[in-house]
Amino acid sequence: MLDQLQLTGQRVIAVFARLGQATLFLYQIIMTLPGLMLRPSLIIKQLYSTGVQTLLIIVVAGCFVGMVLALQAYYVLVDFGAEDSISQMVVLTLMRELGPVITGLLFAGRAGSALTAEIGLMKSTEQLSGMEMMAIDPMQRVMAPRILAGFLAMPLLTAVFMAVGVLGGYLVAVHGVGIFEGVYWSLAQLKVDFYSDLMNGMIKSIVFGFVIVWIAVFEGYDSVPTSEGLGQATTRTVVHGSLAVLGLDFLLTAIMFGDI
Amino acid sequence: MIEIRNMSFSRGSRKIFDNISLDIPRGKVTAIMGPSGTGKTTLLKLIGGQLRPDQGSIEMDGNNVHQLTRKDLYQLRKRMGMLFQSGALLTDINVFDNIAYPIREHTKLDESLIRSLVLMKLNAVGLRGARDLMPSELSGGMARRVAMARAIALDPVMVMYDEPFTGQDPISMGVLVNLIRSMNQSLHLSSVVVSHDVPETLSISDYIYLISDGCIVAQGSPEELKNSSDPWVQQFIAGQPDGPVPFHFSASPLMQDLLQE
Repeated sequence: MLDQLQLTGQRVIAVFARLGQATLFLYQIIMTLPGLMLRPSLIIKQLYSTGVQTLLIIVVAGCFVGMVLALQAYYVLVDFGAEDSISQMVVLTLMRELGPVITGLLFAGRAGSALTAEIGLMKSTEQLSGMEMMAIDPMQRVMAPRILAGFLAMPLLTAVFMAVGVLGGYLVAVHGVGIFEGVYWSLAQLKVDFYSDLMNGMIKSIVFGFVIVWIAVFEGYDSVPTSEGLGQATTRTVVHGSLAVLGLDFLLTAIMFGDI
Repeated sequence: MIEIRNMSFSRGSRKIFDNISLDIPRGKVTAIMGPSGTGKTTLLKLIGGQLRPDQGSIEMDGNNVHQLTRKDLYQLRKRMGMLFQSGALLTDINVFDNIAYPIREHTKLDESLIRSLVLMKLNAVGLRGARDLMPSELSGGMARRVAMARAIALDPVMVMYDEPFTGQDPISMGVLVNLIRSMNQSLHLSSVVVSHDVPETLSISDYIYLISDGCIVAQGSPEELKNSSDPWVQQFIAGQPDGPVPFHFSASPLMQDLLQE
């Protein structure tokens, strides 16, 4: 009993110690940001690898999610003769919840794991140590551009996911089940509030993006420099990143839309 | 140039260095030798400020490496070059850009001047013709030579070599031995060579420290060490499989082990 209690205590302390390490790591990166602003090419390069290279999976997933949403909405609403409201359901669901959440999950799986693997490999092949000995700060040169690029890419990817999802819903609603095109677009426009729906969704995506890249970059930097350690770090990025997205989504939804 | 005084360093409960003191003089090739796992690479990381000692001091030209601010430490590192055991080349850029990388980061030189500098550094290691190759296309020996060119890219006053001869074929090893010695003379460098390759290291060193179990067990010129009567030194220099350092890891007698169910 006492042993179990001790073990639990040790684990809790270890979690907080790691959280402290991650926070110090983030602080070091933030301190290098002013210098990084003078080197926009570094950020643009990372925007390409974290943002542009994630675009395909976001577009494909967004299209299918929008189509499924429209189809499910039709099956439910047609019983009440309210199938004209498909667009309202598709657009609100995408903007408030599914847009940022699914983009976040895909981003953690695609860009997050790639970031961890890349930085972990740089560590295990002594490239980061090599940079330090060349008097080049890897925090500024490697970590900060990746954090900033992920932070910028995530809301853009979310916007693309939402747009493609709405188009996917349009395909099913208008060309699939025969909803009048004008009704689809006008209701979508009428029922969506720019601030409470679209902006809240974008704020969520910014928070998710920041947390995912923070986890991904820290896990890579803190990974054990072996093939097993690198695999574990990559897995932790996807698991922790995904759980953080889902947990934060509840918290943000409660703050934005509820009275909690 | 480098003064290490009463320095101790531990990893967890394992003591790597226990109160060691040594000097690395300017313009000389100083070798740090010892069996695998004695902390030779750790010593280079301590000198470079990548690790912090538990006690004692490491000074370079009067500056205590571990009391410098982050900014000053990075300034100091511009005067150090380091050749990593793996080469540590950046894998996503070619040989030319690897050498140009520290120059571009720390200077505002014109690109044509950077090109000339890089080609001169590559020429010094005999790889001017390999400038367009990617690190994955280089052999182990070539990668070390490129890393060597990068280590001297900023014209440092001191270069640290971490196991430069490990895993090299005889030709590459001969090339590296000559390069370390000739660069030390022509560039007036202070060189620190960490190695356990005895003949190669003895042939280029001015002074050698032998490290084992966290302590300096012997020191002197190559000739002094060759003529040492210390059985540990003789075992290490001659590469004898058994002696003060036993061949067998600590265990119960063989017969007892075999008869045990």
